[in-house]
Amino acid sequence: MGTVLTQIISLITTAISFGTVIMYGSLGETLTEKSGHLNLGVPGIMYMGGIGGLIGAFLYETNAASPVPGVGLIIALASALVCSLLGGLIYSFLTITLRANQNVTGLTLTIFGSGLANFFGGSLSKLAGGVGQISVAVTSSAFRATQHLTDGIPYFDEIFCNYGFMVYLAIIIAAVLSFIIKRTSIGLNLRAVGENPATADAAGINVIRYKYAATCVGACISGLGGLYYVMDYIKGTWANDGNIEALGWLAVALVIFATWKPLRSIWGAYLFGALYWLYNFIPGQSRSMQEIFKMLPYLVTIIVLISVSLRRKKEDQPPSWLGRSYFREDR
Amino acid sequence: MENIKARAEKTAAATEASGGGRVPAVEMIGITKYFRSVPVNDSIDMKIYKGEILSLLGENGSGKTTLMNMLSGIYFPDSGSIRIDGQPVHIKSPKDALDLHIGMIHQHFKLVDVLTAAENVVLGLNESFRLNLKNVRREVASICEKYGFTVDPDKKVYDMSVSEKQTLEIIKVLYRGADILILDEPTAVLTPQETRRLFSVMRNMKEDGKSIVIITHKLHEVMDISDRVAVLRKGKYIGDVNTADTDPQQLTDMMVGHRVSLNIDRPEPDNVRECLKVEHLSVIDADGVKKLDDVSFTAMGGEILGVAGIAGSGQKELLEVIAGLQSALPGSSVIFTDRDGKTSSLIGKTPMEIKKLGVHLAFVPEDRLGMGLVGDLDIADNMLIRTYRDGAGMFVNMKKPRKLAEEIVEEFEVVTPDLLTPVRKLSGGNVQKVLVGREIAGDPSLLMSAYAVRGLDINTSYIIYRLMNEQKAKGTAVIFVGEDLDVLLELCDRIMVLCDGRISGIVDGRTAAKEEVGLLMTRLETEAGK
Repeated sequence: MGTVLTQIISLITTAISFGTVIMYGSLGETLTEKSGHLNLGVPGIMYMGGIGGLIGAFLYETNAASPVPGVGLIIALASALVCSLLGGLIYSFLTITLRANQNVTGLTLTIFGSGLANFFGGSLSKLAGGVGQISVAVTSSAFRATQHLTDGIPYFDEIFCNYGFMVYLAIIIAAVLSFIIKRTSIGLNLRAVGENPATADAAGINVIRYKYAATCVGACISGLGGLYYVMDYIKGTWANDGNIEALGWLAVALVIFATWKPLRSIWGAYLFGALYWLYNFIPGQSRSMQEIFKMLPYLVTIIVLISVSLRRKKEDQPPSWLGRSYFREDR
Repeated sequence: MENIKARAEKTAAATEASGGGRVPAVEMIGITKYFRSVPVNDSIDMKIYKGEILSLLGENGSGKTTLMNMLSGIYFPDSGSIRIDGQPVHIKSPKDALDLHIGMIHQHFKLVDVLTAAENVVLGLNESFRLNLKNVRREVASICEKYGFTVDPDKKVYDMSVSEKQTLEIIKVLYRGADILILDEPTAVLTPQETRRLFSVMRNMKEDGKSIVIITHKLHEVMDISDRVAVLRKGKYIGDVNTADTDPQQLTDMMVGHRVSLNIDRPEPDNVRECLKVEHLSVIDADGVKKLDDVSFTAMGGEILGVAGIAGSGQKELLEVIAGLQSALPGSSVIFTDRDGKTSSLIGKTPMEIKKLGVHLAFVPEDRLGMGLVGDLDIADNMLIRTYRDGAGMFVNMKKPRKLAEEIVEEFEVVTPDLLTPVRKLSGGNVQKVLVGREIAGDPSLLMSAYAVRGLDINTSYIIYRLMNEQKAKGTAVIFVGEDLDVLLELCDRIMVLCDGRISGIVDGRTAAKEEVGLLMTRLETEAGK
């Protein structure tokens, strides 16, 4: 009995850590898509955020005489945000200003981001010398520091307090995004831009500015997913294994699963995490069965997509103008 | 021609005189706008005064909407200047226009479907960081009361009827404090009752000192609502006249540039023969609602059968079942008889199967750029859609469609930069000419059209009527679904009236009275008898 409980707690914590990576990705993408832009560059941007943070932390730790965890954290955070912002700006300039095809631009950005990150990731490992594995242990420790709130209630700390601060930050961002989108004038304007840019324009909204803002802020949030993965999930190391890309696509799927609602992304992300790692907790799985389990998040996304399409509830549909560019004088 | 011009100039001068002393609310001076080197507005001078309703009249593509779009900030003029209350202004964006209290109600509503009425009203205003719809509701209610309309502020736009959406658009611009309102063909989608309501609201706004510009094709509305009429033709300002000093004939002449007869021809049908026999036709939609209920009628070759009815009474379903685009309930029968007397049943057949039966069926649907033509394809490619299977082997024969496209452009005077322009870039009237041209090119035995003249100017409408009559003379059975009762009564030999999916009567177009048809549209005969 005790082992079953331990197993369940272990699954929950695994799901929450894993889910946080994709939650960042999907929150950023949700914000971007609300402005009518489908950014398939999310995996690339997560890569850029991850490698950006790693480079910042690595340069700090190798150059500082005695690195302080808190400083490393701020440097890593800042450099991750700058790198992902760069990704967002590339995408924005191409799709908003030059009105390039969003799908092509996004996919290209994914290829670019993963290439860039793996190139620098490999180089950093080489620079770090030694056994060939880079590690920014000091900075990572700041990311992974946990705060235990209670001692008395059994299992509470294990389930709710066992994570670095970015797990909670993701939830806060989700709540803030949800509030902004649903309850503020800015959110109303943003929704209008994604639904019908011509209408928004005629109503006096600066469509271009909203699109840029949503896409760039969205990219920054997505990039945090990469940073969390590198600093917390794999503990300040790097591996050229393509994992971030796989997680990036899960994040895109999660946007659909959550029907473009940030709050739904929270439990959706944890559900995806639980489904993805379920095989670990069911004994006697062959290697091929494991891969089938990893497919489950996509399967539930498809099921959600089907049920949403069948119910045809307007509020659950993607922004109407998603994927199309807007030009005021177009006839 | 010279005479007309002189008359227009004379009246224009008279207006100038009467307007003398007043500062115009809007003054447009030498406005010119090019689209791909084609001048759409050519040095236009126009004035709009405070407290007047000005009709802006002109054929499709004469540049009315473009001119007004420059006032509302959608387009920026290539040259010329605009003055508001005597002050020169630059309107670079819709926001600038709103700041100058100019509001435009576009022909295609600018509303966000998934938002509520109140949310649409405050869109872009950023009154407060947190959305506060309470004040909006109150303000909307007071606007409604002032001008005499109603709207539910919490209703989602996708649940609204066309007329509710339009009311919302007007409230939206009034909420923004607009003093200059531009309405682009506001009555095109309204029923006569709704139009009357709109006009009473417009008169209330005029009483309130607002300047109103209404763009419309309908001359009787111009005569009814406006104080002054300004006429554009092919991007040029022809002149303006006081409504009280003019009549529809003069306005038409100014608009078209030559005399047009406002009577619609109706030749006597000859060689009438049975072409399409519909019996006990019933159709349900995806939600199980009955759209057509036990409809039986015969369409005769050599005759125009009009179909009247309130929008959504089953007109669309009727045509689509015959064209093979919808399925009917069991027991329905649609029998087609060709010119040689051979009969075939069309029920349950796809459009392809119907074509293979040798049935030449032409269909001009209501949704021209969705169902009729492909907007992104050019004219020739749109011709090809009808005939691409005709070529031998795997290669498509482009020669014939290209030739047909050239013929249509020439014969119907389609205004297009070239044959390679995507049809969605053409104006509404030209799109319809392309569509009708393609459909009658196949020499059909049965021609079905839905709202064939909706949104078209007088000249193009008359071209369409003429084409319908030509088909009738050739012995084609023409089914003409229309909304303008005057047109139906002048053009059609018989008029079938649909009410709520059932036939409430079939009347003779030559003898029926407008009131009679209007009554049938709203009441089933059986119910009336009870």
